[in-house]
Amino acid sequence: MQIRYAVFTPILCRTQRFNCAINNTRLQMLFTQTVPGAIYLLATVSPRLDRYITLVKAYKMSMELDVFVGNTTIMDMEVYQLWLDGLTVSDAVKVRMDEGALLECEANPEVLTSDTMDQFRTFQMCERLLHSPTKLGSQLLYQIPAQNQIILIERYYEFDSVFAREVLGKKLSKGTKKDLDDISCKTGITLKSCRRQFDNFKRVFKVVEELKGPLVENIQRHFLLSDTLARDYAAIVFFANSRFETGKRKLQYLSFQDFAFCAGQLISYWTIGAMDSMMEDMDVDLEKEFLNELKDLKVLVNDKDMMDQHKILVCAALRGKIKVYKLMEVNFKNLSRALVNLASKLTHTKDVRDLFIDLVEKFIEPCRYDRWTVAEITLFLTHYTNAAHCLGTFRHQMIWDRYMGVIKSSQCSPLLHLSLIKVNYLSPTPSISSVSPPVNILNELNTFLICKL
Amino acid sequence: MPGKLKAKIVAGRHLPVMDRASDLTDAFVEVKFGNTTFKTDVYPKSLNPQWNSEWFKFEVDDEDLQDEPLQITVLDHDTYSANDAIGKVYIDIDPLLSSEAATVISGWFPIYDTIHGIRGEINVLVKVDLFNDLNRFRQSSCGVKFFCTTSIPRCYRAALVHGFVEELVVNEDPEYQWIDRIRTPRASNEARQRLISLMSGELQRKIGLKVLEMGGNAVVGYLQCFDLEGESGLVVRAIGTACTLDKLIPGSASNTNTHPNTAPASNACNSPSKEIKESPLAHGCRSSHNSPVHSACSSQRLSHSQNFSVSVPTLVFTGMGSGISVGKEAGPLKTLLRQQAQSALEQREFPFFTLTCFPPGFLVHIGGVVSARSVKLLDRIHNPDEPETRDAWWEEIRQEIKSHAKALGCHAVVGYSESTTICEEVCILSASGTAAMLNPRFMREGCLDAGGSDQRLSRQPPLGMVGSERAEGEVSSSWLGFDDASPPSCGFCHIPYDEFNMPFPAQLTYCYHCRRQKVPDVLFTTIDLPAEAAVTGKGCLIQARLCRTKKKAQGEVNATAISNLLPFMEYELHTQLMNKLKLRCMNALFGLRIQISVGENMLLGLASATGVYLSALPAPGGIQIAGKTPSDLSYDQHISTMQKRINDTIAMNKELYNIHPPECIEEVVGSPIPDRQRSRLFRSTSESSDELSELDLSHGKKDAFVLEIDDTDAVEDIQSLLTDAPMPAGFYSCNTEVMPGIYNWTSGLQMFTSVRVYRLNNANLTNQGLNKIFTDLCENLLKSLYFKLRSMIPCCLCHLNFTVAVPEEELIQVAVTAVAMSFDKETQLAADKALNKGSGENEEQLQFSMELCGESTSSNNQPTAKPSGLPESAMTHSSSRDRCSTWLELLRLKAHTIRRGSVKTTSSSERCSPLPEVRSRSLRSTRSLPCGAPVTVVKMTPLSFLPRTRIVKYLGIINMFFIRETTSLREEGGVSGFLHSFIAEVFAMVRAHVAALGGNAVVSYSMKECVFMENPNKNQAQCLINVSGDAVIFVRESDQEAIPPLITCGQTSTTGADGTT
Repeated sequence: MQIRYAVFTPILCRTQRFNCAINNTRLQMLFTQTVPGAIYLLATVSPRLDRYITLVKAYKMSMELDVFVGNTTIMDMEVYQLWLDGLTVSDAVKVRMDEGALLECEANPEVLTSDTMDQFRTFQMCERLLHSPTKLGSQLLYQIPAQNQIILIERYYEFDSVFAREVLGKKLSKGTKKDLDDISCKTGITLKSCRRQFDNFKRVFKVVEELKGPLVENIQRHFLLSDTLARDYAAIVFFANSRFETGKRKLQYLSFQDFAFCAGQLISYWTIGAMDSMMEDMDVDLEKEFLNELKDLKVLVNDKDMMDQHKILVCAALRGKIKVYKLMEVNFKNLSRALVNLASKLTHTKDVRDLFIDLVEKFIEPCRYDRWTVAEITLFLTHYTNAAHCLGTFRHQMIWDRYMGVIKSSQCSPLLHLSLIKVNYLSPTPSISSVSPPVNILNELNTFLICKL
Repeated sequence: MPGKLKAKIVAGRHLPVMDRASDLTDAFVEVKFGNTTFKTDVYPKSLNPQWNSEWFKFEVDDEDLQDEPLQITVLDHDTYSANDAIGKVYIDIDPLLSSEAATVISGWFPIYDTIHGIRGEINVLVKVDLFNDLNRFRQSSCGVKFFCTTSIPRCYRAALVHGFVEELVVNEDPEYQWIDRIRTPRASNEARQRLISLMSGELQRKIGLKVLEMGGNAVVGYLQCFDLEGESGLVVRAIGTACTLDKLIPGSASNTNTHPNTAPASNACNSPSKEIKESPLAHGCRSSHNSPVHSACSSQRLSHSQNFSVSVPTLVFTGMGSGISVGKEAGPLKTLLRQQAQSALEQREFPFFTLTCFPPGFLVHIGGVVSARSVKLLDRIHNPDEPETRDAWWEEIRQEIKSHAKALGCHAVVGYSESTTICEEVCILSASGTAAMLNPRFMREGCLDAGGSDQRLSRQPPLGMVGSERAEGEVSSSWLGFDDASPPSCGFCHIPYDEFNMPFPAQLTYCYHCRRQKVPDVLFTTIDLPAEAAVTGKGCLIQARLCRTKKKAQGEVNATAISNLLPFMEYELHTQLMNKLKLRCMNALFGLRIQISVGENMLLGLASATGVYLSALPAPGGIQIAGKTPSDLSYDQHISTMQKRINDTIAMNKELYNIHPPECIEEVVGSPIPDRQRSRLFRSTSESSDELSELDLSHGKKDAFVLEIDDTDAVEDIQSLLTDAPMPAGFYSCNTEVMPGIYNWTSGLQMFTSVRVYRLNNANLTNQGLNKIFTDLCENLLKSLYFKLRSMIPCCLCHLNFTVAVPEEELIQVAVTAVAMSFDKETQLAADKALNKGSGENEEQLQFSMELCGESTSSNNQPTAKPSGLPESAMTHSSSRDRCSTWLELLRLKAHTIRRGSVKTTSSSERCSPLPEVRSRSLRSTRSLPCGAPVTVVKMTPLSFLPRTRIVKYLGIINMFFIRETTSLREEGGVSGFLHSFIAEVFAMVRAHVAALGGNAVVSYSMKECVFMENPNKNQAQCLINVSGDAVIFVRESDQEAIPPLITCGQTSTTGADGTT
């Protein structure tokens, strides 16, 4: 950028004229005007006294007002992304210049600045509508082609999974919002973008929190999002509502997508809607009754006969099929106890929140210590679950299935995936074909995986 | 014809939260018409109330129906305090009064508040039952249709064109009444909006009466304007062209021989209304006779300085002897024609037509642009007894225009428009048009049936119908009694005046197309390019921009200063236009619009037009620069580099616009033109004066343009000539309806409005500095537009009209409304190829014109052209012969302009290859597809048509006036944010009204007024916008349906796909 003349004249700025520069008091900003060669440098003399600015001017003309309104609202989706990313106009212009926008249509920096400012203003004015996407379709103010509306909404609600991972399970409150600048520093996402994403989470949460019926569908209906995005939001809402602990160091290896998968599992097994889709109740909360009933599973570890019988059944099924068989046989009781105790504790909210950390500490870490592979764990859990059905005296089949459904699929899910692979990447993976679990379970598992992944 | 107006309030949605405590609103609605008000129940605690009210019935006079809008106010009920207004909707019910237009208004309207903008929407149903009443002395004019479109609307045929209608009404501006000091800004704005709505209703009704009196049933080219004269009042004026239109009945043959009086809507015109003039005026709007005037003595004194007229390009000063020269020595044909036309036009006070597009055969010859300006002082005193009125002011101007036209040997003015610019108490009234000879057939009753079959006046899209048009043209010209029918594609270029008594010096040549009639070397017009015109290459937007400083002054001194500046400005604008035209190697301007704006300390002039190369006119020469003092070596070098640059630019432009004048013709031997004609050609050449033949000869080689650099101004001018940046590849632009040379539009279009305001930070600027700034500003705006619309490439910006204003000292405001239309590249290339071979539009035509052109050079090229002398005549060849030669003298002395000296010849014979289209971007049309969205997509365009569609119904005129004010400018995103949302709101309201009428598009849309005022210190801003257009229903033309519109119009079947898709 060239400054052709530099005549410093401190003038009393009429703030609204340099609105964009002054809104951000921290800004020490280079500001180009649309006159060729006329380049203005605006620098706040003091961050607080933003009314006084120094103006370096080249030409004797400034643009007071610059507006472009189309009957069909023109929206450049590349600029939209820059806006969503929270860039300032000048940064966005730089990015666009780097991307070669100047080669198009013989543009110059002034034209580009004018266009970017105009686009940003358009998006800002549309933002209000994007807060309730259903309005976007019926409002009369902007004529936006339907396919563009869809893109606008989808992009507006898209989020960075790094950011989502940070706020996952946190209360979507003002307190958290105050911490956003830390998250912004940590993730490298601009504060503006962080705020938008956070506000989106909060908005979706507030709308669907009290609604009945399936969570994903509710989100889709009210926010017109795509299926995948709606599922991600369902996970965020679900985590925010139950406030699962995800921030512990031991859980750091898990990505947002890992948790989102788990949330999906939890929603489909442990909520009221999971059991009875006709029931007009919420998907957001875990079913209290079910959590209470989980206590009954204690019989599996408290009743010594039952535990032995269980072990025998599992061992019989797994013998020769897993490499860690010996260790498994030794540790069976510990593992079983860990899983069942975990279940029985879930009556307390605190323990529900710690579900993931407990799972990792009590079950995954021992397995990891023993160098289990993912396939082995999957196989183990499958047989472990099935064997319980064969226990004559065990009467809580329903509850057991619901409980183990999550645990089982969570295990074969990314939840443990990463960690185990990291530990066992050298150990040869046993081929699945050598294992013969009940066919129906395998099928179920497959279809499940196909659906979920 | 009293009527019953019925309204029903159905529901509301997206209402704003009015009760902070509950975050809800208790809304109810007041429906008001005239003095009657109805209320709905309160719908408590909802942002989406469902009132579902009963039908509110108003029994009213049809006069009121025409004048008054239906006023719907949405309020929030408050038990303890006054009810809060949420916003209002004004519905103009005029479209319901015409039997052919809409029958019901039903839909969602944005609820508008002048302070907060759009606040939710309301669903309303409105119907009107009209009772028949045979009152002879009625004041209403229900049933007269109004069209903003400046051509015969698509689904009508003009049985008769009656002529000019005008009217104006005056009132006090509520903003300047004493009460304004105590009422809220909202109340003041609403009073203003309502008053203007009333006044335009009244105006429309009065014009309607005039039309009925003339026996017409419609007004075409209706142009309504507001003059915000500040303290001296508010003037609403309108002009239009009265016509008798017959609807083309779907399915029936196109040449229905319905007599105009039996045509459906024309029965209204049978009621004579002689008493109108004496009629008492309704609603307290004062008639034009009460308008403020200034004292007789001052007007007397000022009349010389204020009230002159400037006539620049091809126009004349009011010649004393013009009447004599006309027709004195004209050929018998012309005399005959003139007599016929005169008899038809004689009775008319002003033979003006606001139309810019004409049915084939209507336009016989074009003389040139005529314009008149007059500087007036607005008076503060509102004296109703004073005889001088705004009417009288306009009358003067129109008389002047009329006499200009006469001097050009024309009996009519087409493409006529009027405008004003006001600064403080100084007001410039301007009128301009194109002098023309018309075919009298269209103006006389009775002879309609004679040419009935070829009289289908609905304008035709310029796609492949040349053949039929040609036939029609020939019919008409033979009917007119020409012994040798001139081909229709060049007839309009032929001079209407007498070649031996030319109203101004011009170089005449034989038409390059027919070789029989004389044509001028350049043609300036305010109309659109006639559909039949043969054009070489493509057209382009040409703008002349000018800024002049002026001392601050008051009253008469100011008016005089402005008066003195005006002629210089016009002259310079014209010179610039001329230079730029030459630079682009073109020879005609269409749609010329010169706007002059007054500010406190400067005058702005902006002339826009579309340049084209008319095949019938001689090829323009290049531009030659001549230095005055050729002693200095470096100076010479400088000159030669400049010359080189100019030559390069011309060559580049030729490529760019695909202009390849048929120069190869020299090789063509054996002309097909019969000997009789050739001999006739020679004869007339030999008969003509020496000067003429010399000029004639110079055409073989061409070039008659020398720019002499004798001072810095000229250097500046030349440099500014070259600073016009070329358009990016894939873009074309014009300010007319259609772009010459582009035929294959796709349905992708994007209408837009762009407004910019610049502040000149330093007051002591020179004229050159200002000029540079102003030019940069316009160029930059164009560049931004190109960049914005790059996704539509290849496309053309049509109807690109700039409006400049000086809202405050040191502020320049530029507003532009235009439409970008994309076209199909593949077929365009093919078309270009075809065009490159010659100038025709289809193959038959092509051959025809080539033969003619061949003839032209062979006969023209006998002697070597020599640099012909007579610098004086060459210089003024395009400016005007003047009665007041004094000021031309003055101009020369002042040497503020480029001098055109001796005629020089340069041969520019290198043939250019067709323009290689560099870019091949995939066509991304912005076509909007509503997928399940409840909002109807409404297209808007400033043009009179939508490409690839057929307009099946006109639903009525849209004429809306909005005021928006804010006291929280900063919070609304500054001035840009404020205006951006306001313009978007205006668009939204226009679309909603059109959709409610059942339409899916607005054609001939224009933003008449955009007055923006700001007071940043108080964090306030105010903006007034006036828009108008025609609401229509269109259906998409399926692509294979490439039948000439003759048939398509007749077959207007309702089976077409719904236009909303």
